[in-house]
Amino acid sequence: MKFAILVYPGSNCDHDCYHVVKHVMGEEAEYVWHKEKSLSGFDGVIVPGGFSYGDYLRAGAIANFSPITNELKTFAEKGGLVLGICNGFQILCEAGILPGALTRNKDQKFICDTVGIKVENNSTKFTSSYKEGAVVELPIAHADGSYYADLDTIKSLEDNSQVIFRYCSASGEITTEANPNGSLGNIAGITNKRGNVLGMMPHPERASERELGSKSGKAVFDSILNALK
Amino acid sequence: MKITKTIIEEHGLSTEEYAEILKVLGREPNYLELGIFSVMWSEHCSYKSSRVHLKKLPTEGPSVIEGPGENAGVVDIGDGLAVVFKMESHNHPSFIEPYQGAATGVGGILRDVFTMGARPVASLNSLRFGSVKNPRTRYLLEGVVAGIAGYGNCMGVPTVGGELFFHESYDGNCLVNAMTAGVVKTNKIFKGNASGLGNPVMYVGSKTGRDGIHGATMASDVFGEGGEERRPTVQVGDPFTEKLLLEACLEVFKTDHVIGIQDMGAAGLTSSSVEMASRAGNGIEIDAALVPRREENMTPYEVFLSESQERMLMVVHPESVSAVVDIFEKWDLSACVIGTVTDTGNITILDNGEVVGDMPISALTDSAPVYSRPSKRPDTQDALNSLDRSALKKSTNYQEVLLKLLGSPNISSRQWVYKQYDHMVRTDTVTLPGSDSAVIRIKGTTKALALTTDCNARYCYLDPKRGAMIAVAEAARNLSVSGALPLALTDCLNFGNPERPDVMWQFEEAIAGMSEACLALDIPVVSGNVSFYNETSGTSIYPTPSVGMVGLIDNLSSHTKQWFTGEGDLIGLFGDTLDEIGGSEYLKVMHGLDKGLPPEIDLKRERATQEACRFAINDGIINSAHDLSDGGLAVALSESAFSPDGFIGAELDIEVAQLSTEALLFGESQSRILVSFSEDDLSKIEKIASEKKVPFRVIGKVGGTRIRINNLIDARVDELFSAWSQTLEKLVKF
Repeated sequence: MKFAILVYPGSNCDHDCYHVVKHVMGEEAEYVWHKEKSLSGFDGVIVPGGFSYGDYLRAGAIANFSPITNELKTFAEKGGLVLGICNGFQILCEAGILPGALTRNKDQKFICDTVGIKVENNSTKFTSSYKEGAVVELPIAHADGSYYADLDTIKSLEDNSQVIFRYCSASGEITTEANPNGSLGNIAGITNKRGNVLGMMPHPERASERELGSKSGKAVFDSILNALK
Repeated sequence: MKITKTIIEEHGLSTEEYAEILKVLGREPNYLELGIFSVMWSEHCSYKSSRVHLKKLPTEGPSVIEGPGENAGVVDIGDGLAVVFKMESHNHPSFIEPYQGAATGVGGILRDVFTMGARPVASLNSLRFGSVKNPRTRYLLEGVVAGIAGYGNCMGVPTVGGELFFHESYDGNCLVNAMTAGVVKTNKIFKGNASGLGNPVMYVGSKTGRDGIHGATMASDVFGEGGEERRPTVQVGDPFTEKLLLEACLEVFKTDHVIGIQDMGAAGLTSSSVEMASRAGNGIEIDAALVPRREENMTPYEVFLSESQERMLMVVHPESVSAVVDIFEKWDLSACVIGTVTDTGNITILDNGEVVGDMPISALTDSAPVYSRPSKRPDTQDALNSLDRSALKKSTNYQEVLLKLLGSPNISSRQWVYKQYDHMVRTDTVTLPGSDSAVIRIKGTTKALALTTDCNARYCYLDPKRGAMIAVAEAARNLSVSGALPLALTDCLNFGNPERPDVMWQFEEAIAGMSEACLALDIPVVSGNVSFYNETSGTSIYPTPSVGMVGLIDNLSSHTKQWFTGEGDLIGLFGDTLDEIGGSEYLKVMHGLDKGLPPEIDLKRERATQEACRFAINDGIINSAHDLSDGGLAVALSESAFSPDGFIGAELDIEVAQLSTEALLFGESQSRILVSFSEDDLSKIEKIASEKKVPFRVIGKVGGTRIRINNLIDARVDELFSAWSQTLEKLVKF
């Protein structure tokens, strides 16, 4: 399998995603510069975290105007697998590939921590390797991670089981205390209706190796590979 | 413009210094030239008060590739790789404008490291603020932490460690010392050399504005009332542009285009061009009109003295110019030729082709003043060092004392700080912030770097020599307890006004102590800086020679953290506990005193203790190791119990003969390490300790949910944790 790792000016988790795909999963990975205009030949696309365009204007907003983002929209419309992590999730929302928006954390500060995450739907292309209702710990690192959408959108996300990850307590309860950033419904990750695009604030690539203390994010990459087989 | 006495004073030059300028130049300088002299001869750039003393620091060692003098120090770590690192102060700007001051401090140190061809892999910091009772402390703390986070997070370089200390001596001058380490291939190290006659000098990065003019001069002066008015001299950082500059530079370094490169830091274009030419023994000619600007009608004076951020000066091969421009354009950055390398030995400044300044480089560098300033041990030192312990109110409830110490702002959890820093980006952070040192793996090898910053300024105040020794020893110990061999150090020497003999005495003593410890522990100084004039309205900070140290773990499979790992493990203590409480956090928190002598230190014993601990860790028989420092044994034991993987208690039974209870529990005797290990490995550890002639004894056992020490303390771990974990959050919420 061959994955494109998009590189916008200011992306900074591009190397981390490349490392996981290539050296942990043993698959092909290639950086794709934001001025490129083609994604042909790739089985999946990862939009990595970072501060594209310095998060100026709004996190992810200016990346929408990079040539590769147009191509990304087409790739997603055709059913190609797209994983957006952190700033990648923000870019997917700003580009309209996913609904809603990510706004400033409730306490206004950047948060880097490891938090409880409940896998709400394990019958997706991104989560099939997790057990049903799994509760895992994943790292987060963001200043703008508070998910927001209008009530109709939230209802439709819930009705279609598009809410994939939620912030939760150690025992898996969805509580206000377990919500680090003020996201509506503790939402930490969603897919599009068709289920081929996942946006998530937690960083699975930071929890995919034993040396880093946790492999609980690796299931996301395992699931993607299973889906592509 | 006629150079008047007022103009000379405004440039921070003394009458004698101006007379010297007339002498080395053989004529009167014009306004531009005076400006250039003023920054090159400022304390910040010339080290005029410290240079004679800095020479006493050991800077060489078998692994040292580049010592002080370059943009950063470079140390060989094998496998064809080297670690590049440096720490630098940004104290004055951070006090005036905490967010931007701290942010640009981080930006500057990152540039120093990637200028040398290295990719930055980790940042740390060393922060000092005034008393928590001072309302400005909260404002500065929040601003500085947010500034470090704002810059470092955007750069994608993890901020993995540091230190934070509050004390009223910093009420008028906070300290912000930023450190970065990077990794480079040993055959791809770049230096700041302007070599090769006729080679083009290129300007790359952000455009030049009027920000930061005379920043270096500001950093070379004391604050009086109204220091905030100097806000315009603080630069504004743009981490996004610096991220582009980093990637563009690393891309251009893969080619053979670059001959020399230097960051435009303090004193901007002036110091970078002068220093690059000086190192190569050449001259340099620059046309100010060619420098990209973001403001209109800037004079050559403003262009040369601007400290706008995110800029580099590069000397390239003549045929490489267009290829270099292409790489920078890919990253949406300007790159253009602004001058050439000459053989005149002068810096020649043009404005649209017309010469507006011309001075010998040697006049700016070699002829810069060097002062052997008078020093004198203050008469008050003896009184400071005497501590009448019998006059102290005896504590009766040691559990309460422990709770109070754990909650003290200087000991409590730093999580509020490091949660704001992205400390995991790059997926190399093997030991996250919170343990004695951060550990960063090096992908593609079995190796890892351990990093720490340390300095107990209270010790340095009471005895600058011993305090500086302890700063070096403790930094090394923090690395050794992770299983790392200390390689080299960088320092930020933060002191008061060097024109005061008592401050100069502190400085000389600290250098002597640092030097002695470096020699005894085989740890050379490879980079650093000096920050004098940390004084406001006549009050100096405590002498603070911060140490940043890097160590090497050969095999990542055997490294340790400070937290207990298993029920039933034995707890052992390397080292001896002496009956000493001078300069301790206990004395300050319980009795409000900064008095007595700091703990004794025997450097031979220190070295042996660290070696014993390291050997045992490398043998894989140590499950946790924690340095004993502020708050002593009781605090260290509690900290070892606060494992992020789940609390785990401990029971200690220790003989207390000839030792006061205060010293046993809270004394800060040096060269002590708390370890836990399986009972099966006891004899192996005892053998290592006896071979190294290091005292070692089993003092207790890991397990349960409580911390018990003799019949003195018996508390639930979660109760201790809540005393320890909330202090900073409460402080900023107040």
